Amino acid sequence: MPRKTNILAQLDWLTILLYLSMVLLGWINIYAAVYNEEFQSIFDTGQRYGKQLIWIVLALAIAFWIVVVDGKAYSFFAYIFYAVMLILLVGVLLFGREVAGSRSWFDFGSFRFQPAEFAKFATALAFAKYVSTREQSVATPRNLAVLLGIVLVPAALILLQNDTGSALVYGVFVLVLYREGLTGYVLVLAAGTALLFVLSLLASKPMLVVSLALIEFFSFLFLSGRLKEALVGLLVFGGLSGLALGAAEMLGLETADEDLLTVALVLANMVFVVLSYLKRVPRVYTAILVLLGASLFTYSVDYIFHEVLQEHQRTRINVLLGLDLDTQNTGYNVHQSKVAIGSGGWTGKGFLQGTQTKYDFVPEQSTDFIFCTVGEEWGFWGSTIVVMLFVALILRLLFLAERQRSSFSRVYGYCVVSILFFHMAINIGMTIGLAPVIGIPLPFFSYGGSSLWAFTIQLFIFIRLDASRAELL
Amino acid sequence: MLNPYANRKYVIGMIVVGVSLAFVARLFYLQVIDEDLKIAAANNSQRVVTQYPSRGLIFDRDERLLVDNEAAYDLMVIPKEVLPFDTAQFCQILEVTREFVDVELAKARAYSSYKPSVFMKQISSEKYAIFQEVLYKFSGFYVQTRTLRKYPLPIAAHVLGYVGEVNQAMIDQDSYYKSGDYIGISGIEKSYERALRGIKGVSYYLVDVHNRIKESYADGRYDTMAVVGSHVVTTLDAELQTYGELLMANKRGSIVAIEPATGEILALVSSPSYDPNLLVGRVRSKNYQMLSQDSLTPLFNRALMAKYPPGSTFKLVNALIGLEEGVITTESSFTCSGGYVVGNFRMGCHHSGAINFLMSIQGSCNAYYANVFRRILDNRKYGSVSLGYANWRRHVLSFGLGQRLGSDLTAELEGFVPKVDYFDRYYGEGRWRSLMLVSMSIGQGELGVTPFQMANMTAIIANRGFYCIPHIVKDIMGPQEIDPRFLARHYTTVSPEHFEPVVDGMELVVLAGTGTSARTPGISVCGKTGTAENPHGEDHSIFVAFAPKHDPRIALSVYVENGGFGATWAGPIASLMIERYLTDTIARPALQERILGANLLAD
Ligand SMILES: [Zn+2]
Repeated sequence: MPRKTNILAQLDWLTILLYLSMVLLGWINIYAAVYNEEFQSIFDTGQRYGKQLIWIVLALAIAFWIVVVDGKAYSFFAYIFYAVMLILLVGVLLFGREVAGSRSWFDFGSFRFQPAEFAKFATALAFAKYVSTREQSVATPRNLAVLLGIVLVPAALILLQNDTGSALVYGVFVLVLYREGLTGYVLVLAAGTALLFVLSLLASKPMLVVSLALIEFFSFLFLSGRLKEALVGLLVFGGLSGLALGAAEMLGLETADEDLLTVALVLANMVFVVLSYLKRVPRVYTAILVLLGASLFTYSVDYIFHEVLQEHQRTRINVLLGLDLDTQNTGYNVHQSKVAIGSGGWTGKGFLQGTQTKYDFVPEQSTDFIFCTVGEEWGFWGSTIVVMLFVALILRLLFLAERQRSSFSRVYGYCVVSILFFHMAINIGMTIGLAPVIGIPLPFFSYGGSSLWAFTIQLFIFIRLDASRAELL
Repeated sequence: MLNPYANRKYVIGMIVVGVSLAFVARLFYLQVIDEDLKIAAANNSQRVVTQYPSRGLIFDRDERLLVDNEAAYDLMVIPKEVLPFDTAQFCQILEVTREFVDVELAKARAYSSYKPSVFMKQISSEKYAIFQEVLYKFSGFYVQTRTLRKYPLPIAAHVLGYVGEVNQAMIDQDSYYKSGDYIGISGIEKSYERALRGIKGVSYYLVDVHNRIKESYADGRYDTMAVVGSHVVTTLDAELQTYGELLMANKRGSIVAIEPATGEILALVSSPSYDPNLLVGRVRSKNYQMLSQDSLTPLFNRALMAKYPPGSTFKLVNALIGLEEGVITTESSFTCSGGYVVGNFRMGCHHSGAINFLMSIQGSCNAYYANVFRRILDNRKYGSVSLGYANWRRHVLSFGLGQRLGSDLTAELEGFVPKVDYFDRYYGEGRWRSLMLVSMSIGQGELGVTPFQMANMTAIIANRGFYCIPHIVKDIMGPQEIDPRFLARHYTTVSPEHFEPVVDGMELVVLAGTGTSARTPGISVCGKTGTAENPHGEDHSIFVAFAPKHDPRIALSVYVENGGFGATWAGPIASLMIERYLTDTIARPALQERILGANLLAD
């Protein structure tokens, strides 16, 4: 059997080494997070570290099995994996067990299984498969529509399970599209839309009008590069606004501020059009179009939020934005998470010496907030090493993805890169107060069999594809 | 071939590196530069104190208090913080043994060393006062204030439901709840849990080495205020409810009274009942055990959960369907020859000669409804008995029978109106005839209906053709709102004009028919008797009624198990309920005494 030994030699052992070290570090920190003097055997399967040890051993078995399977299988069965995953996602909605308000678990006695975790790699396979079978660029409307469908269907099903965090992960596929040729504006647009969405719900109405004016200012500046004209426009708006607000104040008018500002914005645009016509400045109309689009968008967000969505859906979004009554005390949790990490200092308090994380100060200690334990017990050096391990793994995968000859392998590689990056950025960002509290696990670190297995499968399929990059075209 | 977008890998790589550098910079700030966090950590001997909001109160329709709160104190322990203490004094104050202390401490430690556990539930306010004085000597212990339910009137136990501690499954389902929290387990307490519970608040304090609170943590920046639970106003009339429970004392059965125009439940009695105060606090589990083993099943809500054949009261529905389908008119007569006889088949009755429409209701003629029912099923229009039956069933379901009505009371039973395939399985497809089903014409046979559904059916007739889903809550005094579905009118498949003749018949039942025992001085009562066959003993007595005839204000169903014929017990009870509700007095003390004195439980 010369081919099999061949395959092992072809594997990218650097990636595997990074994987193994992360899983090991993860386990050590789970042990520390749930450590309790009363239970001491590391093999106690009643405790989380004991269970996690079982998950790790099984994950390695799965990884081995993935590697020995013929590499062509993953491309060949891509759509079938995807279809099975969709059925499981629907199944869990119908027959799943509700845990903490989300119906996302299948319950088999003491063992629980979360299809949403596995849906990510299945979606990545289907996504890569579709891209690899197209002749034209992904950016044609038809291809984009299909790819959007591939991504949004599982995302919608997961949203229905009330697992908003896992559903948001699917947004990161935009990075893969970008790499495959979608215009760079899309990244800017995606970021801009997200920002505008949050603004529409968070900002006061007058602030919203000002934000829209700023959006027009920046898009004009970006499109035409004319700083002077852009500033003139902004100044005109500012002047008119001041005039309108001042006049209303003096006359004792009851008109709402946002209405006055809107009038000022419309007038400023008229002035802007006339001036630019006289001075032959380009791109003015495009900028106004952007303004109209953005206004329409904020208006629809407002309308859908208040008129279309149901009370519980509103609450979910409000909690995410930190507007609702914080019944789970998220603010306190993030603060405690920062205190725990901050108390680690340069070198940390040492293994099992963390105190912040022992009390109930930090919630979800072994799952979503596992990075707190790293920060407290291993300090700045330890947490930097963990961040660097992630960067090393992601960059290594990026390098591997680029050396693929088949577009299927490359696109799949990019999917793995993007998903890993999103999880890492949101999870660590949340514990240090740089990202909103969205409950998604830190890959390879967080406690949980479903998450560990899903990330293992996702990674090793790519390692397998990479190993046979010479044969696959 | 070089991929045209290959250098975009640098953009993506830069994003990854950029974010990571930002993280490292942030970590450097948090872990190396920011001293505040280290000080916060050093001071982090915190106490998390949950502020339990008081649970919303429950009132009757006239805002008489039905459910009240009283304070209770739980002694909590955090094992990790317990230092050696004076056990003798501790035991003496709390009046417990040394063993109790050891066992409870071990239990708490097994649960968690760091998280609080309940050491002793609901200590008295006197013990609490004494213990509070010396609390500082017992590091690791503290007292958590809770509220317990209290029922000023010992009525409506089944409707109000009860409150109990959450179990692990509930905690898994909704992370709002923590071990030891209370939750509505049944009745209004359950269906309006969200409104009643309010929202817990949390305060964070710094404590000194003796476990005494020093100050608010971070100036209270992370504290959240508790939001008190909303009060709930029910549709119940406490006086009518009390009276109904009194009338049903020593009897098994139920009374459901509804305000027809609104669907508001005025009284819902299931007898035997129990004093809701029995299921509160430390005595709860003992009493629950006792009640659940009682052979009279006081915990069982007969009004919603017991299924009986509707008996002759169901003739009203068949009359309406017959009129709607045009198989009879109000002029139709049938001959009753002491029963309904076809070949060898015989269903007994007690008339002789021609019976017209009004007489058929007034005298509850079995033969008349056997004819009506068979005409509905054998209607040529539908081509086959099974299609005729399916059409009949459609009408029956529109009266809210054979399905849950969707009220805000937990645990409604569906009841049973068999589907076509039920008979297909039993007799074989296409092999059953209307005669085989004829017992359903008089409400016997396979039919199963709850007292709740019968009261709603009566309300439909009182309204001449529609119902609002019967419901128990009128108003929530808080941000929550009543479900708008309780305001919608549901029309039956029978046109409103067919109801008036049936109402006339029901008036005759009480004036000069089978239900004269329900005659009520000065009030035009419309009613119908019924008897549910009981294979295990004496039949069940049923009476449905509404009053007054025009602009009805109350519709009700009364069931008395083993009460025999409908007019015997259920009729007078319905009459007294109506009199009480409409006139606020009872002008017939003798009748009242007879009912109150009756004991149908003694076998
Ligand atoms: Zn007769």
